[in-house]
Amino acid sequence: MIAIVDYGLGNIANLTNALEYLGYEVNITNKQDELEKADKIILPGVGHYKDAMNKIEELNLLPVLEKLKDTKPFIGICLGMQLLFEHSEEGNVRGLGYLPGTVKKITGNVAVPHLGWNKLNSTIPSLDDDVYFIHSFKVHTDQNVVATAEYDEDVVAIVQKESIVGIQFHPEKSGTKGLQILDQALKGGFTHD
Amino acid sequence: MIKKRIIPCLDVMDGVVVKGIQFKGLREIGNPVDLAKRYNALGADELVFLDISATETGHALMLDVIRQTAKELFIPMTIGGGIQSVSDISALLGAGADKVSLNSAALRNPDLISEASEKFGSQCICIAIDAKWDEEKQDWFCYTHGGKQATDIRTLDWVKRVEALGAGELLVTSMDYDGMQQGFDHKLLSLIQGMATIPVIASGGAGSADHFSDLFIETNVSAGLAASIFHDEDVSIQEVKDLCIQKGVPMRSV
Repeated sequence: MIAIVDYGLGNIANLTNALEYLGYEVNITNKQDELEKADKIILPGVGHYKDAMNKIEELNLLPVLEKLKDTKPFIGICLGMQLLFEHSEEGNVRGLGYLPGTVKKITGNVAVPHLGWNKLNSTIPSLDDDVYFIHSFKVHTDQNVVATAEYDEDVVAIVQKESIVGIQFHPEKSGTKGLQILDQALKGGFTHD
Repeated sequence: MIKKRIIPCLDVMDGVVVKGIQFKGLREIGNPVDLAKRYNALGADELVFLDISATETGHALMLDVIRQTAKELFIPMTIGGGIQSVSDISALLGAGADKVSLNSAALRNPDLISEASEKFGSQCICIAIDAKWDEEKQDWFCYTHGGKQATDIRTLDWVKRVEALGAGELLVTSMDYDGMQQGFDHKLLSLIQGMATIPVIASGGAGSADHFSDLFIETNVSAGLAASIFHDEDVSIQEVKDLCIQKGVPMRSV
């Protein structure tokens, strides 16, 4: 059973479709006992960073997320990945702080949002396909980076630190390859031997 | 490097894909879910469904189409046509749409753009603009209701306004070029992409694979959209992509 953390932000219909297509059972919930019962946790999210942190705090989810992040595969997708870091300039707020790094607006001579298919660059040979991105803010970190994509400057695309995985793009919208990446993230991720 | 996108557009009426034949009528050409799967297999980077149903029952059937397609197809889907309100958008996103495109309702009520982008995020709010050159006034103007009704809103003014209101993407159709199959309107599209920081999808005028490679070489737009040439199999998406790659335009490999 996979629990998708339901904090009222973002469109999780297609994430649910993708997980069910991969054969997983899905529970969309914000109840502490149900989150604890799940085998794996997904923190989704689309929208504004500050709203997301406010909702998570209002629902009193911080203690349970803090506990589960080290004990189960814990995957943040899109805004959900950005929330794993320490701070965002979107709303100038603190994040969950599970990973070192900050979130800043994409700048440079490029269209914003970073929208469309972009190629992953990684030392892991299987992570070399085009995947679908749509985001206006990006993570700045020099640690735990598994894959990047080139968009004027590099965009951090996948991070992993032990049980915690962050995916900036939308694996549920990146065709067959995206589904494989999502499955791999749920099965322990990319950095284990 | 980010890839340029090739997007087939499917016109759906009462849950069935149709296509206009020079305004004379509509011909049923297939089951939307099957067609969506076919385009996906052929290498479409994204799909646009334009719901041209005139009734509530027709719009409800569109929701079923989205639900079915989203269970089997894992590429981005944009839905446009007849969207009036935040609750319409909510229903479409809940059914599995990734983006919605707003046209007439946004021109009538621009606040809908800011309300929707605040509630759902700008990334899922695409503004569709039907633009037509006015020879007398020497400028482009926006049209509503599928290009049937003129407005006094200048296209370039509208581009600035919708971006400021929180649009995440623009779908620009040149009515002067649409249906002519002589290539895209590079002049209009370059002007719009030059003033917008959000991505632009070009529409109207595609008649051959060359028209897509020319579009991406001569303008900075992010994507090219077409309907009839793909439906009629005059040109396949694969041919378009092969030619673009040959000419140095970055394309997603399938």
